[in-house]
Amino acid sequence: MSTLARKKGVGAVIWDYLTTVDHKKIAILYLIAGGIFFLAGGVEALLIRIQLAVPNNDFVVGGLYNQILTMHGTTMIFLAAMPLVFAMMNAVVPIQIGARDVAFPFLNALGFWLFFFGGVFLNCSWFLGGAPDAGWTSYASLSLESPGHGIDFYVLGLQISGFGTLIGGINFLVTIVTMRAPGMTYMRMPLFTWTTFVASALILFAFPPLTVGLILMMMDRLFGGNFFDPAAGGNTIIWEHLFWIFGHPEVYILVLPAFGIFSEIFATFSKKRLFGYSSMVFATVLIGFLGFMVWAHHMFTAGLGPVANAIFAVATMAIAVPTGIKIFNWLFTMWGGNIRFTTPMLYAVAFIPSFVMGGVTGVMNAAAAADYQYHDSYFVVAHFHYVIVGGVVFGLLAGAHYWWPKMFGKMLSEKLGKVTFWLFFIGFHLTFFIQHFLGLMGMPRRVFTYLPGQGWETGNLISTIGAFFMATATVVLLINIVVTTVKGKKADADAWGDGRTLEWAVASPPPEYNFAQTPLVRGLDAYWIEKMEGRKGLTPAEPLGDIHMPNPSILPFIISLGLFIAAFGFMYHKQHSWSLFVGIAGLLITLGSMFLRSVIDDHGFHIHKEEILEAENKGVKA
Amino acid sequence: MHVEEKLTAETFPASPEKATLEGKNKFIGFWTFLGGETVMFASLFATFLALRDKTANGPTAEELFKMPLVFVATMLLLTSSLTSVYAMYHMKNFDFKKMQLWLGVTVLLGAGFLGLEIFEFNEYVHEGFKFSTSAFSSSFYTLVGTHGAHVTFGLLWILTLMIRNAKRGLNLYNAPKFYVASLYWHFIDVVWVFIFTVVYLMGMVG
Ligand SMILES: [Cu+2]
Repeated sequence: MSTLARKKGVGAVIWDYLTTVDHKKIAILYLIAGGIFFLAGGVEALLIRIQLAVPNNDFVVGGLYNQILTMHGTTMIFLAAMPLVFAMMNAVVPIQIGARDVAFPFLNALGFWLFFFGGVFLNCSWFLGGAPDAGWTSYASLSLESPGHGIDFYVLGLQISGFGTLIGGINFLVTIVTMRAPGMTYMRMPLFTWTTFVASALILFAFPPLTVGLILMMMDRLFGGNFFDPAAGGNTIIWEHLFWIFGHPEVYILVLPAFGIFSEIFATFSKKRLFGYSSMVFATVLIGFLGFMVWAHHMFTAGLGPVANAIFAVATMAIAVPTGIKIFNWLFTMWGGNIRFTTPMLYAVAFIPSFVMGGVTGVMNAAAAADYQYHDSYFVVAHFHYVIVGGVVFGLLAGAHYWWPKMFGKMLSEKLGKVTFWLFFIGFHLTFFIQHFLGLMGMPRRVFTYLPGQGWETGNLISTIGAFFMATATVVLLINIVVTTVKGKKADADAWGDGRTLEWAVASPPPEYNFAQTPLVRGLDAYWIEKMEGRKGLTPAEPLGDIHMPNPSILPFIISLGLFIAAFGFMYHKQHSWSLFVGIAGLLITLGSMFLRSVIDDHGFHIHKEEILEAENKGVKA
Repeated sequence: MHVEEKLTAETFPASPEKATLEGKNKFIGFWTFLGGETVMFASLFATFLALRDKTANGPTAEELFKMPLVFVATMLLLTSSLTSVYAMYHMKNFDFKKMQLWLGVTVLLGAGFLGLEIFEFNEYVHEGFKFSTSAFSSSFYTLVGTHGAHVTFGLLWILTLMIRNAKRGLNLYNAPKFYVASLYWHFIDVVWVFIFTVVYLMGMVG
């Protein structure tokens, strides 16, 4: 049964990935799919910037511009940032806690395929009559009026991929609760594991309101509902509430894991333990908690009244406190450290001022009275790109360079990595810094063009030039990946030489079972402790024995495919009555696969002691 | 994990649902999932509360709701929760036959509830209270209908488990499955208590 070290054909490899339940392979799937969507969202961003480079441009105008703008935001948040965060979590978290696998390997695969089919469904809209065009927030008053099926693609696609995210979040919550190795207490968990834990809890409570909002909108658009139609007593503000009860925590779902990645990198490349570990944990939990109390700061101009605005303004500003704690802890980690400016470390160092700027403009926006001025202007666009790019994307790029050797067994070129970094860093600030001022000068967001003579020409041109810097950086990164894959240097287990956490104690890439023997964790930075005491490997917590592994399965793929088909069926049911049966057939495929999963026993299989010994010996020699 | 081993009432653990790592994962994972479900129903309740008097000249809650029908349905569902507790009691005592019996009673009561709900919805539609009548009607059918869909899924789930395991009896592999299904059933019941209060009682009082 074991698939250890066996050469396989292309078909077998594809089948392997379609059916895999191994968190390391699922990480690679998330990385590839998220990466492709990231490129799509990036191309959309370039089209936007080309259109806005000069006044009165007619490159992409009107409805098409709206579609590109909507898909840029939706793709980047749901189909690029989320899965790339999940790629990092899957690649690292189980190993960081000393586990052989996640709590629910089958559900882990299901989560990926749901996300994937949801994303593909959403992007099918480009070829089937036009993409969604009401902005990534898809406010009901706009989206109910949108003709065609663009919004339906949004509503159905995000429901499917949202289920996937929810399942992924539950999986990581339970994994971290039940699968920790002996001695891995909560207060010994690496910061990336902690932030994954809190982000997963946020997913659990933030995604259901989004799902409900999407269901209500689906009812209104496809089945004659009246939730958002004022003529029948509906209320469009309900959508805004539901969307932002999800939308604000979503920012933390993305940025907390990025904080975790930076925490690992600062400690590793300063050769010091993370400063203020327990206050970092506290700040993470506090940010997660406060993240649910602030959603209405997106609705200051909706007319909720001065009391509500004041409460939400103060709550929002309060989040600056735990975030400030984190910033100072990172600075103090570097203080007096033995710093190595590797590519991941460059991103980490650049992240601090970049993200702080996003935080400062965040507090500015939080002042409700002032927000009336900033609202719907490029100032807001600049703000959230400083948070999302300066925080999340820097974090993902840092994490990708940092853990690439662990995931693929080869070191990315540091030279090309640094080229990517500088191009991206300069391009990022070039693009978005000037947008603060464009916003303050009155340029509204989401417009497809502007007139000359308002003082906006230079700013917009600079912004467009910056975007091309970032595009070039991405191309260099792709070249780096290709070159590395073809002839990269093989990575050691402790690829950077200064690894502190458990993932650096296992081979790069790790064997299917992660740990031949479950390790005994003796403190924070478990691997560092062992190295400092002169040991080569980890202290085992159990004798060598057979290892139990879960069986691969094609069912996650089919369950997700069923929903994909069902979504098409329900979307076209008003034009073609037979389409309703397609929808029902799709649901039956999904329910039938779930039924099969329920009635077929799955006890997994064992890798035998002899195979493990053989694999471990080979790994040591190679 | 010797799940295939022959178990007796003496060797069967006190908490069979948490005796294996898989079982423990299921147990915690399902509680977590119910946390998410709670937020989902909370969102639906909030929407309903915002729209409950937006009847757009259609039927109002006072005109529609009839106490006897809803009361009987409520009693059926509450009792089914109790019978599922009996089933779990017998599961822990390794008495498979009695567990199946009480699960069967649970399914019958649940099916009775579902039948009454379908009858009720049918009545409303004939009285001119359709899904598309008003914001109130949309939010009513979505909230109560989502609950009804949960009941339907729960019934299919419990039936599947009963039939699948009818011949081989209890073991540590399927005990967590039964336990988690009964947790789900209790959750559905708790949600109904809120629906009964917020939708029906508050609707009839006005
Ligand atoms: Cu916010």
